[in-house]
Amino acid sequence: MIKDITLGQYFPSDSIIHRLDPRFKIVIMIVYMIMLFSGDSLICLGIGTLYTLISVVMTKISFKLYIKSIKPIFPFLIFTALLNIFFIKDGDIYFQWKFIKITSSGVDTSIFMIVRIVLLLIGTSVLTYTTSPIVLTDAIERLLNPLKKIKFPVHELAMIMSIALRFIPTLIEETDKIISAQKARGAELDSGNLIAKTKGLIPILIPLLISSFRRAEELATAMECRCYNGGDGRTRLRQMKSGISDYIALFFTVLFFIAVIIINHIIK
Amino acid sequence: MAEIKIMENIIKTENLKFNYQNGSEEKPIINEVLKDINIEIKKGEFVAVLGHNGSGKSTFAKHLNAILLPCSGKVYINNIDTADDDNLFNIRKCAGMVFQNPDNQIVASIVEEDVAFALENMGVPYEEMRKRVDDALKAVGMYDYRFHSPNQLSGGQKQRVAIAGIIAMRPECIILDEPTAMLDPQGRREVMKTIKTLNKECGITIVLITHYMNEAVECGRVVVMDNGRIVFDDTPENVFSNVEEIRKIGLDIPQTTELIYLLNKEGLGLDSHIITEEQCINAIERLLK
Repeated sequence: MIKDITLGQYFPSDSIIHRLDPRFKIVIMIVYMIMLFSGDSLICLGIGTLYTLISVVMTKISFKLYIKSIKPIFPFLIFTALLNIFFIKDGDIYFQWKFIKITSSGVDTSIFMIVRIVLLLIGTSVLTYTTSPIVLTDAIERLLNPLKKIKFPVHELAMIMSIALRFIPTLIEETDKIISAQKARGAELDSGNLIAKTKGLIPILIPLLISSFRRAEELATAMECRCYNGGDGRTRLRQMKSGISDYIALFFTVLFFIAVIIINHIIK
Repeated sequence: MAEIKIMENIIKTENLKFNYQNGSEEKPIINEVLKDINIEIKKGEFVAVLGHNGSGKSTFAKHLNAILLPCSGKVYINNIDTADDDNLFNIRKCAGMVFQNPDNQIVASIVEEDVAFALENMGVPYEEMRKRVDDALKAVGMYDYRFHSPNQLSGGQKQRVAIAGIIAMRPECIILDEPTAMLDPQGRREVMKTIKTLNKECGITIVLITHYMNEAVECGRVVVMDNGRIVFDDTPENVFSNVEEIRKIGLDIPQTTELIYLLNKEGLGLDSHIITEEQCINAIERLLK
């Protein structure tokens, strides 16, 4: 039932994007985000769209899956678009009726907004669809490593994150068991109004919480037994090697970014 | 001569006592868990520690790699005092520990990375780590599953991964705290087979905490604990021939031993030191002839 929940939605495959160094992917992602928001003209938006489409095709993952990632925020998109259309009152007037005024600038802004958000979502999906959450966490840890100098607990945060990822399926399984156990004892979980349903969660959450604490303690002991001593002096089994393809990918992204900046400058 | 004998001991305890304290500071309720434990375990031995719930066997196990420190008395692992803080990691490298619930001791989301966890902590360089991880996975027969997620594995397989995570440290001794208690019979057999191979082929000392008599029968030496004390410490044959005493402290005896015991009660005069099924069959066959 709820066992199907996956976090991060990783789709294993063997595309070029899958094989890129995850650290590079994160850096590219950041450049990409800045690129999307630094152009104000339709051409810049077009370049962003082109870049996104190229990377989507290169992931070899069905386009339907990307559409699926946008679906949940669809109502939100329409809402922001409408707000922009009705509340921005500069520019040429396309339509006016009593206090409602639709202007060119309002329409422009809402189109830009929608396209940018959609591109942003598809872009992040490219990252999360092609990189497993655990690799992603690892890459973030390595990228943030310099922050250790200012005593930022990089390793600890990454360890928390990866343990959380490790235990999500275990805890889901346990939740399933607790739900069955409580149902067997006559708990009514799916009936009644919202308040009754929320109350019905208590007999599930409390045992889950208690067992999580027990698990945490046992895990801590097991980690100590295996000489865990924080992040100092650790070596890694997973090696991250950057190759030519990583630099090429970064190079092209930066190229697109520069193009956007230049075009934006010329048009202004 | 005496010195050589000491060298052979991997585990040695001297008057080990341990108690938990409950209650308030003024009126502490002292719960004595271990009372005066003296034991010596030699390198390469396969020892089962038996006892019913609350006999102190798990507490005893936790003293063997310095998770708990004795309230009084000493524990030596490879001649290192466990109370010596500077040698903590040496002790843990030497005496690895496997727990009951495999789910709660697997740290990473990929099998081979979990096996590497201890090595990563110890700062072992990559090439060496790669080799040790592969060796460990092969030793427990989980090499084919190295890229799997622990959630895709059965209980027995998970426990074998946990054991691999320990043997990757190349310990001289492994302490297993009821490693089969949460497993189905299939998983139990897998784990027991793995432990036996490690003992025979790699010469790793095994301390198996258990409450399954069948597992204890397969060991070279059985230590029975009751109420924080060691009551028996002998070969399985000798220990289980004390049927009445074993029963008295709330433990079962193997079915074969029980059968022989019942037959002997009727005055058949069989050898009371029989524990394996084969021995039992032979003895009865001889009797019938």
